[in-house]
Amino acid sequence: MLNSKDLLGIKELSKEEIYLFLDTAAGFKDVIGRDIKKVPALRGKTTVNLFFEPSTRTRTSFELAAKRLSTDVINFSVPTSSVIKGESLIDTALTVQALGADFIIIRHSSSGAPHLLAKKMKASVINAGDGTNEHPTQALLDAFTIKEKKGKIEGLEIAVVGDIAHSRVAKSNIYCLTKLGAKVRLIGPPTLIPKEIEELGVGIFHNMEDGVRGVDVLMMLRIQMERQDKGFFPSTEEYSKNWGLTTDRLSLAKDDAIVMHPGPMNRGIEIVSEIADGPKSVILEQVTNGIAVRMAVMYLLAGVKR
Amino acid sequence: MPKELMNKKDIDRAITRMAHEILEKNKGMEKLCLVGIQRGGVFLAQRLAAKIKQIEKKDIPVGSLDIAFYRDDLNIRKEQPMVRRTEIAFEVTDLKIVLVDDVLFTGRSIRAAMDALMDIGRPSLIQLAVLVDRGHRELPVKADYVGKNIPTSTSETVVVQFEEEGLEDRVMLEKPDAGEVKSAEQ
Repeated sequence: MLNSKDLLGIKELSKEEIYLFLDTAAGFKDVIGRDIKKVPALRGKTTVNLFFEPSTRTRTSFELAAKRLSTDVINFSVPTSSVIKGESLIDTALTVQALGADFIIIRHSSSGAPHLLAKKMKASVINAGDGTNEHPTQALLDAFTIKEKKGKIEGLEIAVVGDIAHSRVAKSNIYCLTKLGAKVRLIGPPTLIPKEIEELGVGIFHNMEDGVRGVDVLMMLRIQMERQDKGFFPSTEEYSKNWGLTTDRLSLAKDDAIVMHPGPMNRGIEIVSEIADGPKSVILEQVTNGIAVRMAVMYLLAGVKR
Repeated sequence: MPKELMNKKDIDRAITRMAHEILEKNKGMEKLCLVGIQRGGVFLAQRLAAKIKQIEKKDIPVGSLDIAFYRDDLNIRKEQPMVRRTEIAFEVTDLKIVLVDDVLFTGRSIRAAMDALMDIGRPSLIQLAVLVDRGHRELPVKADYVGKNIPTSTSETVVVQFEEEGLEDRVMLEKPDAGEVKSAEQ
């Protein structure tokens, strides 16, 4: 059913393909809940984590997913300070391929870097975040978590709050959730929500209270401190006052609403601790589900005819 | 035209006999459970459980097992394997497991199923029940309970249909040139 050896973005996927990933992940969720959390499905294969940007969570999650599928894993970290031009990126990847990699998990600060690699590589390339473009496995694990908690995705009111403009997590989630039939709304300051994004079929709210009212799912994004200097918002205090998730604001959502965050959280800025650690939070379950979803992605890509 | 090897009645009789054999060999149903391999094996396990209940007036635990993650042919298969759920809602350690499948062919599915079961727990023993044994083993695997032995050639396909899938209960043998070739076993 899948026709690409790579997972580069959600934009390219059909609804059926997204559901194939989610349904397969359910089987892996069973596996990682057992005493023996490992299956021999991809025994003898090699996975290379090629991270050109720092990341602990995503890299660890992919590493664990790869190991639980019985592949061997190499972490190939590249200094973040060096500016990597197209040619050296390809050279690095070709080196990795020559080492015998079957899967290349790549994170890069340039949008489109994984797409460039995928064309040159025989290995399956999985995008673990490229610039401000996409972070497809995050969107799949978010969708998996929503489906698990709510039983469905179609028809749900889902709010994504924060820096939409620079967030690959937001972008992948918008593609994913709208394809699955959810009603997506974006909440944040006008400087952080590009006007063109409305074309993707989402609603836009600049007022937090209006946006939160009646939603089933609240997806909080991390505010990137480095953006503050560039004048996208006046100060973290100001941001928090206007768009931070507080108990009062959360009470405007549906009674059974769930709260998500891709991590790492800035407690007290985009989300208060009472909510992050509270009963509506599914933040830690997102982390667990991330392993199951990444196992499903690798397993299904390994089965694609090439 | 595919050739019919077993009809609804034949299948029912075979399942009745196998249920009796399972109880005879294990001297009742104490510490006994059935685990069907997705997907045909699951229907067969449920039918065996119903027969056993008729005979013993007690429920026998039934689970389902998906072996996709334990297969040895991910690279050479034409189609992507469909992953179904493994649902074994009881502790298998120290239980006697009767593994149930519809067709026994190369034995590779059974090898995968045994590996999968061992990762779930430590059963005291595993037996094998199949509706059809079509021969051509590639591994040293033998069934303890067989509904029907059917000599086949490797190019033929044994198709097992169950009412649970919305079809008529039937076992058929398809020649290689038959239009739609559905493989009942890997």
